[in-house]
Amino acid sequence: MNGINAIVRKELADHFSSYRFIILFALIAMVSLITTYMVGMGLKEELAGVAKPSFVFLMLFTSTGPLFSLVQFVAFFGPLIGLVLGFDSINRERSTGTLSKLASQPIYRDAIINGKFLSGVVTISIMLVSILLVVTGLGLTLIGVVPGVEEVWRLIIYLVISIFYIAFWLGISILFSILFRGIATSALATLAIWIFFSFFISMGATVVANAVVPIDQTNQDNPQVVLKHLKVQRVVSLISPMQLYNDSTAIVIDPTRKTTRSFVLMGPMERLSLSRFNRPLALAQSIYVVIPHIISLIAITVICFGVSYTVFMRQEIRSA
Amino acid sequence: MAAQPVIETQSLTKRYGTTTAVDDLSLTIKAGEIFGFLGPNGSGKTTTLLMLLGLTEATSGSATVAGFNPTKEAIKVKRMVGYIPENIGFYEDMNGIENLRFIARLNSIPDETSSPKIDEALERVGLKDDAFKKVAAFSRGMRQRLAIAEILIKEPQIAFLDEPTLGLDPEGTTLIIDYIKSLSREHHITILLSSHDLTQVQRIADRIGIMIHGKLIAEGPLKKLAHEKLGVEDKEISLDEVYMKYFQEVSA
Repeated sequence: MNGINAIVRKELADHFSSYRFIILFALIAMVSLITTYMVGMGLKEELAGVAKPSFVFLMLFTSTGPLFSLVQFVAFFGPLIGLVLGFDSINRERSTGTLSKLASQPIYRDAIINGKFLSGVVTISIMLVSILLVVTGLGLTLIGVVPGVEEVWRLIIYLVISIFYIAFWLGISILFSILFRGIATSALATLAIWIFFSFFISMGATVVANAVVPIDQTNQDNPQVVLKHLKVQRVVSLISPMQLYNDSTAIVIDPTRKTTRSFVLMGPMERLSLSRFNRPLALAQSIYVVIPHIISLIAITVICFGVSYTVFMRQEIRSA
Repeated sequence: MAAQPVIETQSLTKRYGTTTAVDDLSLTIKAGEIFGFLGPNGSGKTTTLLMLLGLTEATSGSATVAGFNPTKEAIKVKRMVGYIPENIGFYEDMNGIENLRFIARLNSIPDETSSPKIDEALERVGLKDDAFKKVAAFSRGMRQRLAIAEILIKEPQIAFLDEPTLGLDPEGTTLIIDYIKSLSREHHITILLSSHDLTQVQRIADRIGIMIHGKLIAEGPLKKLAHEKLGVEDKEISLDEVYMKYFQEVSA
C-alpha cells in the first residue's frame, strides 16, 4: 500500500504543477464561466413572466444558449482532459529510465499503473467538482434560484457519470502510453481515437446503416425499412462512449426527457403517453431509463483499465 | 570473515525466442565482496541482473538472492537489493532531495527518518550545494552520484551497479569508484558491478567474472585468471590483457 501512496502523491504533485494541467484547467474554467453567464442571462429573460418554473437550476446546464450547453461542452471536451493527463504516463518513464528504477523498488508492479490511474481520476474529479461549484455559484447569483434537493442529486449523479466517462479516456491514453514507446506516437493515437469517436462515428453509423438497410426510391415510403435503417444507425453510434455518455447525462440532468430514443423510433402507445403525461420524471425513473447506458459506460472504463493493467504486467521492463 | 553466499544461481538460462541471452549460468557471490562483471555489450550482463532482481523471469534454472527466490519473492528481494540501471533516470522536474525522498517513500521509510538520511547522503556524494537544483540541470557525473546517494538511503544488503561509470570523465569515474568502494567497506554492501572500465574494475573487484555470448567463461580473482590464461604469477598483470586473451579465444 505504501507504494501506491507514494506514487499517487508524486503523480498528483506532478499533475497540479504541470503547465498542461494549468492551461487545460484555465481553458475549461473560462469556457464554462462564459457559457454559464450567457445561458444564465438568457434564462433570466425567458423566465421573467413564468409563474412557477420547475428545475430552473438544471436548465443552467442543459440550455444551449447561443453556442452550446455546459453538458455538451463536457461531453466533447472532457475526453481531452483524460487524454492529456495520461498519454505519456508510462512511456515517458520508460524513455527517461525511471521505469526500471521504479520497478526495482520494493513495490508491487501494479502499484505503478494503479497509482497512475488513481491520481488521474483524482485530478479529474477535483477539476470537475471545482468547475461545477464555480458554475453553481455564478448561476445562483445570475438567476437567483436555489437548487432543490432533487436537482442537487441529479447534479451529483451527473458528476459521477462524467468522472467515469473521462476516466475511460484516461484509461485509453494510459493504454496507448504502454503500447507505444514514442510519446508523440501515443499522443497522436489518442487524438485519433478522440476524433474518430467524436466526428466519424456518426458518419460511420450512416454508412453502416446504408449498407445493411439501403434506402432508395423504391422503399423510402416503407416505414418498416426506414425504421430499421434508423435502428441500425443508432446501434452503431452506441459503440461510441461519447454517445453513451450523451444519452445518459441528457436524461439524468433533464427530468423532462423520458427516453433516449428519437421520436421516429417510438411505438404509438409510447408517443401517446409521452404527449399525455408531460410531467417531469422522478429521479429514480430517470436513472432507470439510462441504467444500461451507465452500466455500459462503467463497464468499458473498467475493461479499458483492465486491458492496460494486463498488458503492463506482462511487459518486460528493460532499462533501454 | 566467514562469508556465506548471498547470491547463488544454478544453470540460470534466459532465452528470447531463438537467441539465448544468458546460457546456463552458475555463479556464487559471497557476502561483502565486490564482484566485477565483465563482458562486451549484449553479452547478457544486464539480463542476468534483471533476472536476479525478479524483473525478468528466467527460462530455466534457479537463483537465490539474499535467501529469497527473485521470481516468487520479488518484493523481498527488491527490499534487499539496490539497483542502479544503465542510463539511470531521475524525475527531471524534481530536485535532488525530492527524488531521494520519493525513493525513500517507495521503500516505506517515513519522511522523518529519511530527511536526515537524505542530507547525510547528499553531503557524502558531494551534492549538498546542488540539492535544490532540478535534476534536469545535473551533469552526467552528478546523476551517477545521486544514484549512489539513492543506494545510501535505501541501505540495501546487496547493490547491483550496471555500468555506473559509463560516459564519465576520468575524474568522475575515479570518484564513483571510490564511492562504490566505500559502500562495500563502510556499509558492508555486497556489490555486483558490471562495467567496461577494466582498469577501474581491477582496482576494486575482489573477484571477476567474464561473460561472453551469454556464457560465463571465467570466474575468480584476477590472479587466478592471469595464472590460468597467461601462466604468469606476476602481480603487475593487467585485467586488460587477461580479458583480451579470453575474448580472442571465444571469437576464434
